[in-house]
Amino acid sequence: MHKTKAVTATRHAALGLSDQDLLDMYYYIALARTLDDRMWVLQRAGKAMFVISGPGHEGCQVGAMWPMDKKNDWLVPFYRSVAACLVKGMTPKDILLGLFARAVDPSSGGRQMPGHYGHPGVKILSTSSPVGTQYPHAVGIAYAAKLRKTGEVTMVAIGEGGTSQGDWHEALNWAGIYKLPVIFVVENNFYAISVPLHKQVAGESVAARAAGYGFPGVVADGSDVLECYRVAKEAYDRARRGEGPTLIEYRVERLGSHSSDDQQERYRPKEEIEAARRRDPLMTFRAYLESVGLMDEPRGQALTARIKREIDEATDSADAEPLPDPSTAERHVYATQHDPTYYRADDQIPGPHPMHPWLPGPDGRR
Amino acid sequence: MPELRYVDALTKAHHEEMARDERVVVLGEDVGRKGGVFGVTMGLYEKFGEERVIDSPLAESSIAGVAIGMAANGLLPIAEFQFADFIHPAFNQIVSEAARMRYRSNGGYGCPVVFRAPYGGSHGTALYHSQSIEALYAHVPGMKVVTPSTPYDVKGLLKSAVRDPDPVLFLEHKRMYRLVRGEVPEEDYTVPIGPAVVRREGTDLSVFAFGWMLHEALQAAEVVAREGISVEVVDLRTLKPLDKETILKSVAKTNRALIIYEDNRFVGFGAEIAAIIAEEAFDSLDAPVMRLAGPDVPGIPFSKPLEEWFFINQEKIAQAMRRLAAY
Repeated sequence: MHKTKAVTATRHAALGLSDQDLLDMYYYIALARTLDDRMWVLQRAGKAMFVISGPGHEGCQVGAMWPMDKKNDWLVPFYRSVAACLVKGMTPKDILLGLFARAVDPSSGGRQMPGHYGHPGVKILSTSSPVGTQYPHAVGIAYAAKLRKTGEVTMVAIGEGGTSQGDWHEALNWAGIYKLPVIFVVENNFYAISVPLHKQVAGESVAARAAGYGFPGVVADGSDVLECYRVAKEAYDRARRGEGPTLIEYRVERLGSHSSDDQQERYRPKEEIEAARRRDPLMTFRAYLESVGLMDEPRGQALTARIKREIDEATDSADAEPLPDPSTAERHVYATQHDPTYYRADDQIPGPHPMHPWLPGPDGRR
Repeated sequence: MPELRYVDALTKAHHEEMARDERVVVLGEDVGRKGGVFGVTMGLYEKFGEERVIDSPLAESSIAGVAIGMAANGLLPIAEFQFADFIHPAFNQIVSEAARMRYRSNGGYGCPVVFRAPYGGSHGTALYHSQSIEALYAHVPGMKVVTPSTPYDVKGLLKSAVRDPDPVLFLEHKRMYRLVRGEVPEEDYTVPIGPAVVRREGTDLSVFAFGWMLHEALQAAEVVAREGISVEVVDLRTLKPLDKETILKSVAKTNRALIIYEDNRFVGFGAEIAAIIAEEAFDSLDAPVMRLAGPDVPGIPFSKPLEEWFFINQEKIAQAMRRLAAY
């Protein structure tokens, strides 16, 4: 469902977006891309073990996140959610602390591989590696939000490969039955590592499956950031009105390999990789900004310089943080303080975590 | 003090916890209108409403997964699996997600969920309504596993599990629901997760058991007592965290250990107890550590003679006690 690229000066205004919104959105797309490029350079230079990231996905992520109440709403991300996590409130340094597996990495304290984002301070749920498990979690968060009348909306993301999982189906089924305030995002980049879309989805689209769950499913072009925003805004409005979930399938391009351990040239035709670059949201969104007079060469150069400075500072600052101490490796298996395997009568649930004030209070609960 | 059936004590614990704390919710198959296939959640739906007593879709992985999400956003869910045999689709959610949530987020998120499951064989329960699953989950760091065997303990331990900040697998041997009775105080009390208890003092050998096996062992101990064998029976109550101290103390006293569990013998939970005794109480032992456990077949077969062949009953236990005492 490709929208025509013929844009008018009123298109973003018609969607309720200000010029400043547009500049901020572009900033996040460019910030995520620059951070992404930096992570790959660091990996190739031997400064990081592994990278998995989202070049090509940034436009749909920023569009999807823009209608969010960033303080109140939840994000349940996946490993390509670099831009989404930045919009939600993680800093480039937070992301790089995970890449470098440093002790103060807010996602996991250096315990998980890079790309496994989580941050209780900005309501990003911790994520794991088995694909699809995060979908039922988002439904549980949304159920709690509805029961507790908090007004929170939960957005959860996955790739199209993940939609083959049973958990994916179970989550949509629950959310439809209970009309929960949750937005299911599928970032369809046509490849699950090397397996093409037609070996994951036999129907016309992932979005078409929504009909079976009793709520709307929409497809949007991931290179059209304003369209990505428009469908997300509708989904948030529906959720806030109590009308239940929406399934959004963003059709995006994967501009790089699956991860730093993959070479997409081995299974993707050269022409296809070339064609994908023409749908790079960084480029298409910049073209829109230029067409409405919000971006030109000098302003672009200034922004690039600013972002480069920010990423340089974040890299140095993250790199300077200490690695975790092995004496801490047994912490946080349980809330209690001592050896978790055997019972101790004197075991205590400790007070708030010294580093993270949002962690359990004296009774161990959040 | 009123005498209650095991199932009624468990139901009472649910009622009291839901009334005490509005964050407590119950979800699972048939837990609402029907009150659960074993009647454990009876009356909750009428009292607390369909929003807090949730008839879930028939999908175990999401029963666990949704509960994990609820816990991340301020609720204290009790997730019921209709039979322990059907918890396997949720293995990934429980093991990869619930058990690892705190560790993988460096303490950023906890997972205060109670996963309840009726386990073990009763008459006619066959391959898929009789499994013992404790070893699979006790193996996993981050999980707590409790197996209460009396009405008093089941009420007190459920309350502790609901109030615990970490995921607890709460295993109820289904044969106890209506067969085991005992005194249960009306008032609010908890039984801590962890400590084992000596149910019967003895001097010749120690038996370590939990769930329904405890009751069979207590009866067998009664039988062999008339033959002059004095058996100490230890109710483990919690499998993880394990009360090693009580186990070692008992072995130091009797010098002989018999471990009983209904799960398949090979790599069952009893193997861990045997290893601990071998490693830490070797000098106390007058006989090899003995295990009496379910045969290594894929389940309890249905037909009566096959089922009888499988069951660990008081006759088999009494025989094992005699063998160990005579060693």
